[in-house]
Amino acid sequence: MKKSQLTQNSRLSLPSMQTERLSLYYGKKAAFTDVTMPIYSGKITALIGPSGCGKTSFLSCLNRLTDLIPHTKVVGSIRLDAVEILNNRVDAIALRRRVGTIFQKPNPFPFSIWKNLAFPLKEHGIKKREQLDRLIETTLQDVGLWSEVKDRLHTSALFLSGGQKQRLCIARALVLQPEVLLLDEPCSALDPISSGVVEDLIASLRGRYTVVIVTHNLAQARRIGDYAALFWVRAEVGRLIEYGTVEQIFTAPQQDLTAAYVNGIRG
Amino acid sequence: MGEKSKNQISLPTFIVWAIALSVTAVFCWILGDILWHGVGQLSWEFLTTEPRNAGREGGIAPILISTCLILAVCLAVSLPLSVGTAVLLAEFTTTESRFGRLVRRSLDVLAGVPSIVFGLFGNAFFSIKLGLGFSILSGGLTLACMVLPILIRSAEEGFRAVPTEYRLGAAALGLSRTTTLWKLLLPAATPGLVVGLVLGIGRAIAETAALIFTSGYVDRMPESLLDSGRSLSIHIFDLSMNVAGGDANAYASALVLLILLLLVNGMATWIAQFWLARRIKS
Amino acid sequence: MTLFNNKNLSPSQSDLVLLWILRGFALLTGIIVVLITAFLLLEALPVLQQVGWLRFVSDPSWHPVQGFYNLMPMLWGSLLVTLGAVILAAPLGIGSAIFCQYYAPPFFSGFYRQLINLLAGIPSVVYGFWGLVVLVPLIGKLQPPGTSLLAGIAILTLMILPTIALTAEASFSEVPTEYFQGAAALGISRWATIRSVVLPATKSGLFTGLILGTGRAIGETMAVLMVCGNVVQTPTSIFDPIRTLTANIALEMAYATGNHRSALFVSGLLLMVAIAILVAVAEGMSRRNIYG
Repeated sequence: MKKSQLTQNSRLSLPSMQTERLSLYYGKKAAFTDVTMPIYSGKITALIGPSGCGKTSFLSCLNRLTDLIPHTKVVGSIRLDAVEILNNRVDAIALRRRVGTIFQKPNPFPFSIWKNLAFPLKEHGIKKREQLDRLIETTLQDVGLWSEVKDRLHTSALFLSGGQKQRLCIARALVLQPEVLLLDEPCSALDPISSGVVEDLIASLRGRYTVVIVTHNLAQARRIGDYAALFWVRAEVGRLIEYGTVEQIFTAPQQDLTAAYVNGIRG
Repeated sequence: MGEKSKNQISLPTFIVWAIALSVTAVFCWILGDILWHGVGQLSWEFLTTEPRNAGREGGIAPILISTCLILAVCLAVSLPLSVGTAVLLAEFTTTESRFGRLVRRSLDVLAGVPSIVFGLFGNAFFSIKLGLGFSILSGGLTLACMVLPILIRSAEEGFRAVPTEYRLGAAALGLSRTTTLWKLLLPAATPGLVVGLVLGIGRAIAETAALIFTSGYVDRMPESLLDSGRSLSIHIFDLSMNVAGGDANAYASALVLLILLLLVNGMATWIAQFWLARRIKS
Repeated sequence: MTLFNNKNLSPSQSDLVLLWILRGFALLTGIIVVLITAFLLLEALPVLQQVGWLRFVSDPSWHPVQGFYNLMPMLWGSLLVTLGAVILAAPLGIGSAIFCQYYAPPFFSGFYRQLINLLAGIPSVVYGFWGLVVLVPLIGKLQPPGTSLLAGIAILTLMILPTIALTAEASFSEVPTEYFQGAAALGISRWATIRSVVLPATKSGLFTGLILGTGRAIGETMAVLMVCGNVVQTPTSIFDPIRTLTANIALEMAYATGNHRSALFVSGLLLMVAIAILVAVAEGMSRRNIYG
């Protein structure tokens, strides 16, 4: 574990992912076009902007979940560690092991808590019981769920509270040791207290994982983000308006639109 | 215009109650009649001995065995075929795709085809063209064609009832669609599959017309799947239509058939519950 | 320690294999539908070529061994027995659904629904058997011989009643209960609401149920074979014995050869066409329901 962290730390300043002129079409209609953006390793990148501006669509391109939606077309380039992933020879399955996703609505499988984590591990080749148990325990501790559920690991995950479910989903993604974690408004379906717990958890991932988070909550973006990207709809198509460090986006925006949005005048 | 008193029953209320009560009465009449006349004949011996004197005496042992074998052939063929087709329809084609619509429309027609027409087809294709003759195999295969639409329809509904979040979640974890299907969707769709299975078995056990010219009439104990075998429903038909004095045993056979259908229903409910419980625990 | 050393992104083949296997299954299913139609046509073709369509209605009688192929009496038999059953089962089935949905006390409506489901599950041979030993002698007392069009209608009514009732109830359950509260607030009686709001709103659903019931009645073989007497004649009263198309196939298939056998496949083809038309009508109705 140590060694992989070391290698990751040494790469911190490099972009882990980079998109070039990325566009997504649903049939003939464009969801967003021409997004060029770096995603830095070990940092938290927050995608902000009003509803329907293509943030979530952008996120789902990054691990090719768009493959599952019929009639979608992705144009442009996405590189992960300098490998082009928008390439038919790239296995989307192997890609998604390295780039995990957390959805807005927590979606634990209808299994026990233990099996929710063991199932993806087993499918990716880890079968030994003691190794499974160890990995599951460390990951659950990592997301702060261990003390809450250690006595009922073998009961259904569907009986957990909303916040616990979301943390379980994060644990389920983390247990596969991804390099990049994509979060699509992970707190918006939760009550304020659970939301705070999940937010602290996400902030604690900084440095160990590359995180991209879509959020409607500007305060949240400011609290936990290192970089921020503002998306906006122009002529019914989503566009990347401005990209920069959180500091710069919130205190010294280059665009008037950004200034208006972060100050609550537009949006 | 006097005010209508509360005790006065209006005509529509009266008619609707009359319909319900008479339907209930006729239903009780049918079941009561079969129970009344059948239960006296029913015994362990009836279930375990061969029919004698064209079925007037003796039991129904070989007929039960033939029925089970026909059913087994039918399910062995139709289950994988229908689950496979349902998975393709529900997971790999959209509802508006041309291929999906074509398959669905032909299944709708297939579902409406009268069983006697399946009998004609089974006779021409399985018995004669493929040379299987009058046999349990021919009968089972004919029934498999017949229950296919029911099985596919309910299996497809079962798969469509599984929340999309499961599929997205599995894809986001880098699980292959094959794995997702076997480990996640199939267990989650089981209630739908079981419902279809019950309907299918129910229709197959009850079927007569499709079997007359495919599995045949022979009431001896079958020695292989290529032997002719008489199903329970054909036995009832034959005893009541072609055998004078066969009514007593026909009643008992009808009772056995009804009990079998009830058992299938009960068992399926039980299995579905058991499966659900296990899935949540482990 | 790294758990997953596999950092290459080359594709796996397992999903492709799965997809091709599934396509194979679906193709087989499709082939069965094609095969059934093809075999009916193939077997019906000889007699259609040698004798032609017209003689199935114009020949003096049905004596296929002697080369007379008049199917009209059987067509009339099928038509009348189906028509009678649908006319009787429609009010009974819809009435049952209204009872369940709007009139029955809660415990009774659950029980009645179960009963209708059970009724739907009784095998046709059991209906036929009961008709033969109970109903036919009763009708026989009224007017011999007892095996008759009337017996067929009665049994078929019982058999298609559940189909109609279950479809009707499904349509009723989609009518919002607010209508009833709204109507009650206006002082409109339950029956008036059903008649003027529920029935018009569920028209197409009820009609689909009737079509499904009609399909089941036309195709039913065993029950009508057992209670209708099977005399080849155009009936003049409901006490006359009749033979339906389906019963004709079941009765003669065992010994039919050559053109006779082929003629039976022609009647199978006719049944199939009738069903296809009914399915198309039902589908048209349900589409209207969605868009209109």
